[in-house]
Order: sequence, then C-alpha cells, then structure tokens
Amino acid sequence: MRKIMEGSHAVAEAVRLIRPGVISAYPITPQTHIVERLAEMVADGDLDADYITVESEFSALSACLGASAAGSRVYSATTSQGLAFMFEVLFNVAGMRQPVVMSIVNRALGAPLSIWNDHQDSVSCRDSGWFQLYAEDAQESMDLHFLAYRVAEDHDVLLPGFVCFDGFILSHTYEPVDMPTQEEIDAYLPPFVPVNVLDAKNPISMGMYATPDYYTEFRYDIDRAMDRAKDLLVTAGRELGESIGRDYSGLVEEYRLEDADTAFVAMGSLCGTVKDAIDEMRDSGIKAGLLKIRSYRPFPRAEIAKALSGVSRVAVLEKNVSLGSAMKGAVGPEVKDALWGSGIDVFSYVLGLGGRDVRKKDIAAINALSIAGKGDMFYGLREELI
Amino acid sequence: MALNIGCAAKPGRARDNRTGSWRVFIPRFSREKCSKCGLCILICPEGCISEDEEGMPVPDYDYCKGCGVCADECPADAIEMELEEK
Repeated sequence: MRKIMEGSHAVAEAVRLIRPGVISAYPITPQTHIVERLAEMVADGDLDADYITVESEFSALSACLGASAAGSRVYSATTSQGLAFMFEVLFNVAGMRQPVVMSIVNRALGAPLSIWNDHQDSVSCRDSGWFQLYAEDAQESMDLHFLAYRVAEDHDVLLPGFVCFDGFILSHTYEPVDMPTQEEIDAYLPPFVPVNVLDAKNPISMGMYATPDYYTEFRYDIDRAMDRAKDLLVTAGRELGESIGRDYSGLVEEYRLEDADTAFVAMGSLCGTVKDAIDEMRDSGIKAGLLKIRSYRPFPRAEIAKALSGVSRVAVLEKNVSLGSAMKGAVGPEVKDALWGSGIDVFSYVLGLGGRDVRKKDIAAINALSIAGKGDMFYGLREELI
Repeated sequence: MALNIGCAAKPGRARDNRTGSWRVFIPRFSREKCSKCGLCILICPEGCISEDEEGMPVPDYDYCKGCGVCADECPADAIEMELEEK
C-alpha cells in the first residue's frame, strides 16, 4: 500500500513489521521521531515489544546486547554523539556476534555542535564489525531494515548492522512509500533463532577473555563473517525484491555509467541530487554517471572495480572527513584501491559537512575540477572565512 | 580449545585455558637442594605446586605463570627461574 509518510515514521512502520521483542533507545535529534513513534506503538498495543527506557545511549545498546544474548530480536536507533557514546558497546556486540540492527540517522559530530547531516558518525564506526548499509530515499531507508535483519540473523553471518539514512533530509521529509504487508515480511523474515542463549538453567558466558593465543582468530572470524554477509546481501536482497517488488541485490548501483567519462561515487540521499545533475550534464553533452555504494561494510571492492572499469576518472563525494589523511575522505582510498593498476584517476571531494546543502551546480563544478586533475580536497570552502 | 562463535562458553574455562602460556621465566626445582619444607606449596599464588609421595614439590606448568614467588621465598635456594624459550 502506498502512503505519504515522514521518513522516520516509515522506518518505525518497518520496525513494527519486523516484530522486535525488545527496543531500547535514547532520544536524540534527528532520530527522535522514530523512537517516539515506536514508543507509541508499544503503549497502544500495536507492537508486542518491551520498550526499555534508559538514561543514555551506552545503556541503550548495552540493554540491546543483553536482550539479544537472551534470544530476542532487538532494535535501536541513534545518531552522532549518541553513536559515539555507544562506541565501546559496538565492538562488544560485534565480538559477541549478536545480530542487533540499528538505524543511524546520520548527523555531524561535535565540536562544534551541529545537529545537521553528514556521514561522520557512521563512517567513524567503520572498523567496529557492524555492516553498514546506506539508503538514498525513504523507501530504501525502510526496505533496508528488512534486508539488514535477514542478513544479520543468518547463522552464516551473525553480525550486527547499521541502516544509515540522512538526518532531516530523509528522516524529516515526506515521501510516498510502499508499505509491505505483515504477511510478506513474516514470510521473508522468520523468527530469530539464536545460536548462543543466556539461560540460567544452562549457564554460559559470552565475549570471554581471550589471551594472545586466541584473540587474533576471533577477529579473523568476524572478518570471514563479513565476507559471507557480502554474498548474503546479494541473495537476500534479490529475495526481498521477489517478495516486495523492489530489488536490493546490488551492493552498488549504477546510474548512466555506460560510456561515462566522469563517474561520481556517493552514498545516501546525495545520490538523488547527483542523478539529477548527471541528467542535466548529459543534456549538455557531458558524459557523467554515478556509482552508488549501498554497502560500505562489507566493502564491495570487486563490484566497484567492475562497475568503474570503463570510465576516465572517478570523483568520490564524501560527507565525511578523515582528518589528516592524504585524500581527505575515508571512502576515496578504498575506491582507489579497487581501481589500482587501472590508470583511472580517483579523487575525493569532502562536501556537505554539518548539513551544508549540496546542489546540482556543485556536482557540475566537481566534474570540472576532476577533469582539471584537482581533488583530494574540501570542496566549496568559504574563502572569506579562512 | 576450539573457537566458539562470539567467544561463548560454559563455566569451567579457567581450567581448560592453560594459563601457563603467559610465562616468561619457568621455575626449575632442584631435588638435591630441596629440604621438603613445603613453603613453596603454601605460598604459590596459583596453587599449582603439589607434593609427591616423598614430600617433594611438583609444579604444574600448565598453570604456573612464572611469577617467581616460590624461587624468591625458598629458604634452601632450591628453585631457579630460567628464561623459557617458546
């Protein structure tokens, strides 16, 4: 059924269809509308879940970790400072292999304080062992939650995951979304079957002490699970398409890349703007295309290399900055690595930080910069301020 | 120990984990010098020295972490700490 919905409410509806047993979250802008709506659903009896109110994000994710270890399907949502506050628990959830799924409503990190959008929060959690999916619009924000639970809970994976979507740009805007039925989601996502369960009658410990003789192998295990998640994202994404009519089998998505000279690479809602800019550029004879990265972790190296093999240059649009790094953005070096030896130029452009709008003319300007061989830079700096 | 997913395990791992691998120095006991006073057995913080039928100390190297307290306290200087090559 198609409805006009706020992005946050579409995500809350998706979570209701997923039937979590436990929800724990701490409200923080711009995530608030999701958890407020879920609290209402639980209070009204529309969602049969325990909603654990806590005093901080650290406690929220800790409660989720415990509930997951006890065998529940669990959900949380956060952003920015809240995600930073969860940092320690992120690694514990991944290390204990609990399939917690969390919405990250992307927002800049302070200081200076900013409530607006960029990708610094989730990108900074890159190495925590959580898979990370990025959504372009409200529909994808919703649908990726179904995919995330399916992949996370698979016994070949058992890893937690982020579903990332842009704060305000997607969370607080209204778009038409197509809502799957409860029957469709129940069939796609059967109840969670845990591998290890906390049970007083049959006690176990999780995430125990590993001496230097064992620690490396546990980290290796997580990395292998991430590789298997890459395969499963493809097959489970295809099956989701067969169920609800929208295919998510691509770890990356191409837009007008055939015969492109300049390929943009981007994640999240920015892709919509880039597609419009590409249409305009192509109308004026400039051959540009887009490669959207849906899965940042696991990183689709081979898929990126294949998709970009025919282009002349690549402009990676980064809503993050890896301070002190050579390329400035965090995604660019991995794209460059995927294309190593191809002779294709790869540049990073840091833009859209702290909620600064990215317009179609910015995309066209970056195309010109990349043709001139200028990149690995902050784009659009206000020179009068520096 | 085979790896369990998420490093999960039933109680009793402290027995299964041979913590002796942490050791850098290994105590070597001299039967000639030993006076069988039993002090090393009493003061070993890991409780991993037992005694045989003759009253001689028998270390359990699976759990001895090589702290050297026994060698330090031995009144007969019968215990020497030796660098252990692994």
